[in-house]
Amino acid sequence: MTGFLARRLVGLGLTLFLASLVVFTVLEVLPGDPALLMLGVDARPDTLAALRAQMGLDRPVPVRYLAWVGGLLGGDMGVSHTYGVPVGDLVRDRLAVTVPLAALAILLSTAVALPLGMAAASRRGRPADYGVMAFSQLGVAIPNFWFGILLVLWLSVGLGWFDAGGFPGWSAGAGPALKALLLPALTLGLTEAAILARITRASILDTLGEDYVRTARAKGLGPGAVMRRHVLRNALIPITTIVGLQFAFLLGGAIVVENVFFLPGLGRLLFQAISQRDLIVVKDVVMVMAALVVAVNLIVDVLYAVIDPRPKGVP
Amino acid sequence: MKSSPLLIAAALLAAGALMPAGASAQTRDRLVIGMQLEPPHLDPTAGAAAAIDEVTYSNLFESLTRIDARGEVVPGLAESWEISPDGLTYTFKLRPGVTYHDGTGFDSSDVRFALDRARGADSVNAQKGYFAAIGSVETPDPLTAVVTLTRPDGQFLFNMGSNDAAIVAPESAATNRQKPVGTGPFRFDRWVSGDRVVLVRNPGFRDPAVPKLGEVVFRFISDPAAQLNAMRSGDVDAFPNIGATESLPVLEADRSFTVAVGTTEGETVLALNNARKPFDDVRVRRAVAHAVNRQDVIDGAMFGYGTPIGSHFAPHRAGYVDLTGLYPHDPAKARALLAEAGYPDGFDAVIRLPPPVYARRGGEIIAAQLAEAGIRLRIEPMEWAPWLEQVFRGRDFDMTIVSHVEPLDIDVYDRPDYYFGYRSERFGAVMDELSRTVEPDRRAALYGDAQRILAEDSANVFLFQLPKAGVHKAGLTGLWENSPVPANDVTAVSWK
Repeated sequence: MTGFLARRLVGLGLTLFLASLVVFTVLEVLPGDPALLMLGVDARPDTLAALRAQMGLDRPVPVRYLAWVGGLLGGDMGVSHTYGVPVGDLVRDRLAVTVPLAALAILLSTAVALPLGMAAASRRGRPADYGVMAFSQLGVAIPNFWFGILLVLWLSVGLGWFDAGGFPGWSAGAGPALKALLLPALTLGLTEAAILARITRASILDTLGEDYVRTARAKGLGPGAVMRRHVLRNALIPITTIVGLQFAFLLGGAIVVENVFFLPGLGRLLFQAISQRDLIVVKDVVMVMAALVVAVNLIVDVLYAVIDPRPKGVP
Repeated sequence: MKSSPLLIAAALLAAGALMPAGASAQTRDRLVIGMQLEPPHLDPTAGAAAAIDEVTYSNLFESLTRIDARGEVVPGLAESWEISPDGLTYTFKLRPGVTYHDGTGFDSSDVRFALDRARGADSVNAQKGYFAAIGSVETPDPLTAVVTLTRPDGQFLFNMGSNDAAIVAPESAATNRQKPVGTGPFRFDRWVSGDRVVLVRNPGFRDPAVPKLGEVVFRFISDPAAQLNAMRSGDVDAFPNIGATESLPVLEADRSFTVAVGTTEGETVLALNNARKPFDDVRVRRAVAHAVNRQDVIDGAMFGYGTPIGSHFAPHRAGYVDLTGLYPHDPAKARALLAEAGYPDGFDAVIRLPPPVYARRGGEIIAAQLAEAGIRLRIEPMEWAPWLEQVFRGRDFDMTIVSHVEPLDIDVYDRPDYYFGYRSERFGAVMDELSRTVEPDRRAALYGDAQRILAEDSANVFLFQLPKAGVHKAGLTGLWENSPVPANDVTAVSWK
């Protein structure tokens, strides 16, 4: 286990290093002077030069790369060009929206998908199975931004139960904050639940055909006990992998839904930073997203090893 | 294993449903204003973003003079002023008893500090040109500031009323970006990054009757569909400039809303690269003007909202001359002019369009119109940053569409290095005289001359004045209908 973890951690570091090189290089070739964008169409050359110097844009490229990576390693993410505040603060504020949102979406999605998938698998070929499969088709086919707009029109504009969007901040209390996240989480959770229900069903059906399940049944174990002790444990491995992937995807991929509900999440921060050429924020947010994805994958790998403790073959 | 997440989800749902819907209900003391863009920071003296002004102007920060809802210069932090006969010395009498939100006092030393800072060598003021004529700022006593100019500047009092000339204190100037400290009737309360800025009543304001509201919340919603939803669900009380122009008829039909379409300072032009062939030929520029049907562009790109203009001047300003009839829509005339200029078969050109809707939709309509006259356009949509870099700074373009939103910015046609490359000695002479003229009637006449020269030269194709498409809940009074400067001045706003 220790060797396994060490190898994973080295890989993690290497991935992040490569990501930093790619991100930095790509942003160097991107056109658009952030200083000019800040000053607008009436910018005068002397003002522009003053601002460029203030933003450190006049330093050579390698110096800027080393300063950036060095800062990151020391826990300093730099100062946003446009907002003028430490990027660390911005990212922390946005993570406080995006991580709970993704977690809530995954929670809702697993809470719906696991029972549905299990029900479908144990009633294979019967109406319940077809019902679950139809839900799953629908959930995958409906674009989530559209579903989000429907929810807003129904529950916010129509019934007035929810705000149409926005985020009051955790300082306003856990209740209002969670309430603001509920509709977007439902929106995100629908697609994920549809996919997950499908995976769960397939995974359980696969396991049901295994020899050890037949053996367990032959020993006279009841269907409930077989499910709990033998089927679920093995079926959970692919399910865990998918949930991990989904969570990683939601952390970075929630941007469309963040736009529909005008939530100040990490995805929208990245989007705004790109259009404002706030390059330091773009670089940092991409690195944070990369780190989150890599970390989630690591956790999934560890969970995998815990669920199925048989020694691993060649990695 | 499966029941616990279910239970949590059910509990959350129940908690959400039980919470009173009235969380968004408004008390009569509170106003929620929707804006398209979030300001990058809140220091108007260090950024060009209109969103900064739309939160802070007159609410948080004040300037020596002030621009009122009609675009007139009225007293601000200076209660009166005198101008010397040669137009070079401005003596401002400051209001007594003014304090900043942090409790520090305001006097003439703050005026000197703020103006010197704005025109200093390391200033990042987006409108540094406003302060270019200032020679010195003297402070004979705490309530008198004497500004001496090196040359007369007829626009000086208006410029000193802009948010770029806000009077900031030396104690707080460095931290105004995040914690703005001004002298206005509201003070900064908090900023939920990406979502809202909250201002609250400044109890120490010199006039106890101002402001009428206790709290003003600015919420940032960029998506047009989300803007409409926020308005209809009651989350937002007013959108002074809604991006979803197409939704105005829906809101207009609803009696709980009031729609007020006003004017802005944004002259929207089809800019032509006067420095590049074939647009260096006035006949070609006039041909383009004849080929464009303004009203079709307004109807198609702006859902009919927008005032046609015939030169680079806002119709609501003193000195405006209606020149919209100079080049009536006439493709045959356009072809004749092109043939005369040596392009009997028309020509090919590229139109580079920045992101705003007026530019993207307008560009498509104009491309179709110019095709009738034989001008074949290739449309190239661009993001703002590359547009600024390539078109605005690099001057690498044939045509583009953009709204010039600074007030009274006709003088950009006198800048030799400006992006559309227009040059005219006649126009330069008018601008020279204008900058030396203080007398209002003479200024208006000169502005008229300037407009005529631009229109005759067809320097650009002048399309329309950008509308301010405002919508608010019925019962709200005191919002600006027009936008003579970028602002959401809520000092006089109240609920009926």
